[in-house]
Amino acid sequence: MSNAGFAGNKGDKDRSDCFVGLELASSGGIRLSVKSKVKSLYGGTIEKLCHEVLAFFDVNNAIVTVEDKGALPFVMAARLEAAIKRVIRTEKEFLPELLKENQYETARDRHRFSRLYLPGNTPSLMINAGIHKPEAVILDLEDAVSVDKKNEARFLVRNTLRALDFMGAERMVRINQLPAGLNDLDCIIPHHVNVVLIPKCEDAHQIHEVNNHILAIYSRMKVRPAVWLMPIVESALGIVNVFEIARAADNVIAVAIGLEDYTADLGVGRTPEGTESLFARSMLVNACKAAGVQPIDSVFSDVGDMEGLRKNVLQSKALGFEGMGCIHPRQIKIIQDGFAPGDQEIDKAKRIVMAFMEATRKGLGVVSLGTKMIDAPVVKRAQRTIDLAISLGTLNKNWKDTFNAEEQA
Amino acid sequence: MSKSAKLVVNAIGRAVPTEVNGKPAIPYKGVGKHKPDGRKLGPRIASCVDFPEDGNKLVSSLREALIKSGLKDGMTISTHHHFRNGDLIAVQIFDIAKELGLKNLVWFPSASFECHAPLTKYLEDGTIHHIEGSMNGQLGRFTSEGKMKGVGVLRSHGGRYQAVQDGEVEIDIAVIAAPTADFFGNANGVDGPAACGLLGFALADSQYADKVIVVTDNLVTFPCVPWQIQGNYVDYVVKVEQVGIPSKIVSGTTEITKSPDRLLLAEMTARFCEHAGIIRDGFSFQAGAGGTALSIGIYFAEMLRAKGMKARFARGGSNKYLVNMLEEGLVDYILDGQTFDLEGVKSMRENPNHVNTSPFTSYNYHGKGNFASMLDVVILGATEVDVNFNANVVTHSDGLLLHGIGGWQNCLFAKCTILPVPLFRDRIPVIRDEVTTLCGPGELIDVIVTERGIAINPLRTDLIDRVKDSGLPVKTIRQLKAEAEKICGVPAKQKFEKEIVAVVKWVDGTVLDTVYKVSS
Repeated sequence: MSNAGFAGNKGDKDRSDCFVGLELASSGGIRLSVKSKVKSLYGGTIEKLCHEVLAFFDVNNAIVTVEDKGALPFVMAARLEAAIKRVIRTEKEFLPELLKENQYETARDRHRFSRLYLPGNTPSLMINAGIHKPEAVILDLEDAVSVDKKNEARFLVRNTLRALDFMGAERMVRINQLPAGLNDLDCIIPHHVNVVLIPKCEDAHQIHEVNNHILAIYSRMKVRPAVWLMPIVESALGIVNVFEIARAADNVIAVAIGLEDYTADLGVGRTPEGTESLFARSMLVNACKAAGVQPIDSVFSDVGDMEGLRKNVLQSKALGFEGMGCIHPRQIKIIQDGFAPGDQEIDKAKRIVMAFMEATRKGLGVVSLGTKMIDAPVVKRAQRTIDLAISLGTLNKNWKDTFNAEEQA
Repeated sequence: MSKSAKLVVNAIGRAVPTEVNGKPAIPYKGVGKHKPDGRKLGPRIASCVDFPEDGNKLVSSLREALIKSGLKDGMTISTHHHFRNGDLIAVQIFDIAKELGLKNLVWFPSASFECHAPLTKYLEDGTIHHIEGSMNGQLGRFTSEGKMKGVGVLRSHGGRYQAVQDGEVEIDIAVIAAPTADFFGNANGVDGPAACGLLGFALADSQYADKVIVVTDNLVTFPCVPWQIQGNYVDYVVKVEQVGIPSKIVSGTTEITKSPDRLLLAEMTARFCEHAGIIRDGFSFQAGAGGTALSIGIYFAEMLRAKGMKARFARGGSNKYLVNMLEEGLVDYILDGQTFDLEGVKSMRENPNHVNTSPFTSYNYHGKGNFASMLDVVILGATEVDVNFNANVVTHSDGLLLHGIGGWQNCLFAKCTILPVPLFRDRIPVIRDEVTTLCGPGELIDVIVTERGIAINPLRTDLIDRVKDSGLPVKTIRQLKAEAEKICGVPAKQKFEKEIVAVVKWVDGTVLDTVYKVSS
């Protein structure tokens, strides 16, 4: 190991982050220099934190420089730890307090309309993610983190899971492609992650590998909150195996599709119409429905094109998808509005369900609405729409009490 | 003069000097408490026989005009800021003053920008004694570091007009950069290659200054119409190559934000207005500079469209979004104090419902009323707010002067004043126990909108009532402060030197607060 290490970011555009440089020495104690844009307000607490972390890892003699651009304490601690672990080998972890607000489990069948991707090594994008109210946030250790930053990103994601409040969003982490991704699990499973995204998943075996690793980590933990899995299928082979993947384990709650890699695997371009991926998407939706898990669509990558996104969401919903990733907070509302049932859809569902109840009450074998016959599956679908609208708060759960009054008004 | 003059505690609890740059200063007494009587300052009497009968007041250069105007040591020179960061004249004036070997001039701009940073060298060598106006960017840093000879005086746009009327500032020479003018001195901002919209900020200067110089790069044959500035006030006219760079009118604070966090703030603010019953047919609004405040227009437009309503008038700073609302019929009139982009300039030139105004009509304390207090809602920025709703708009938490007051103080008199601010900026909490510099009394500030909650001034029980069942995240200001400190930590109290570097005037000319030298 070298005796000098560093971690963090200090580019002109980096904010809410810091860069830590550390050089071990044989004597002279800790020589700390802090350059910070918030020095007049937090200079004292920054120095205190630095000394605390260094002492925790038994670093007693070192030259340490911190260039700070308003990093929150959990970010700075992660940067210090990453720099220290470049120069000393240790199993110890300097953990920020796990917020009470972050100790929740999520229901297997909750809505996952929008999931906001957050690059795992960019604190500025994480800090306010919760205010945009996505159903989920994804702390991304995979494609959004460059190879040389993979290691420091793990500490940042770990500290983020513990110390940052995402305001009720489901907290997901996309690990790296296996087998490297298995190591990522060590720094997320003990820290109340809700869902692990497994990228480039091609067979059920990979799900078992992840679960075995999780079990091993569980064995060292006192409290074991539920961890769900969401494999991402991004290849021709993955699509062929998607049903097996979807039912590989009880904790698989959804399967997502990644179309950039999938189309590359086919050797075709990705078009706005998406004809080239129609088979894969239909296959994935079908497999998920058969396995009883949620089918989740790929991200829409043009953040400036809101109309394109709106169309894409409607197509996606029409194919049977139940959610979509987003790469910018501005996409969230459009995706949520698109996947949630609209007013007309709810009205129609209400009329179908009421017609069904009326027919049952009268003992009629056939349900009809106006001149149209209603089949049982149509009633079932209408009931699902009603349930969804109630759970989203767009429909009162006692809607039947006021239904007749509304109809007559 | 001594920069550590005797301090007294004013009506809002801030220690302020009773003398500024050798002149007596009145400590702030409370909102609406200071009402001087007597008569306004009269400008010097001029006689038309002293001016060319043929109306031709052209001289060969700015230098000649300044010399003919009697430029000498200690004089007060005024300029306007309608070109914002594209002003080419202010620096030239002091280049000339330096060549002439003059000292201790006072610069009295209606605002300063980054393009004025070269003036620091004249502040350093004593050509300029101090600035009365705004000290932004590098000039602000220079002032905060205690390097300016005199004490800076920060005033609002309305306060500047008041200071001229009260004789607090006597302008010796006003230099008015005009996009179009005739040889008589009639001038406007709507026409010409450097069109900047209007010249309202130079109105008081033209009426009250001893000598008035109009500088233009677009000299037209008499008469120049419309004459936003009347030639009858003007002594000399100078033709130059270029008077300003219109493309630099747009500065960071006049662009709509692209930040999703700031857009969310704007959207929450608009939703608050909707639930508070502010948005109704015939209402009026103003959005100040600053990306978040300016973005409100987008959401107001959506709401008005959806409800089939329209606003009666909007106060500018106008930008293309406000112009779009006017053209779409979502607002009847724009009463504009300054144009923030070229779409605003074009609209003012072409649309009779886009009306040019001045600090006299909009903000003046000594007018018989003004537009600012008639507005239903105004949305403004702030660098800090304290738990008593007092706000800061000129310094940052590190104590450095960075912004001017602009029309901000004057706008606080609207029926509802809303400050959308992030709860913290790169770890710096915005809600503090006490603001670093007090620019606006909390009793005039009604609502603080942050991305994590909305605090309503307890004085506004009516607003609290109206939004109580709205589902909006209403919290107390202390809850918001605690929430920020939980994330960022509790900030230490900023330390300052004893030396006074600037004072903040209230709209009536009294001293509201003191800005100290930053600790080195």
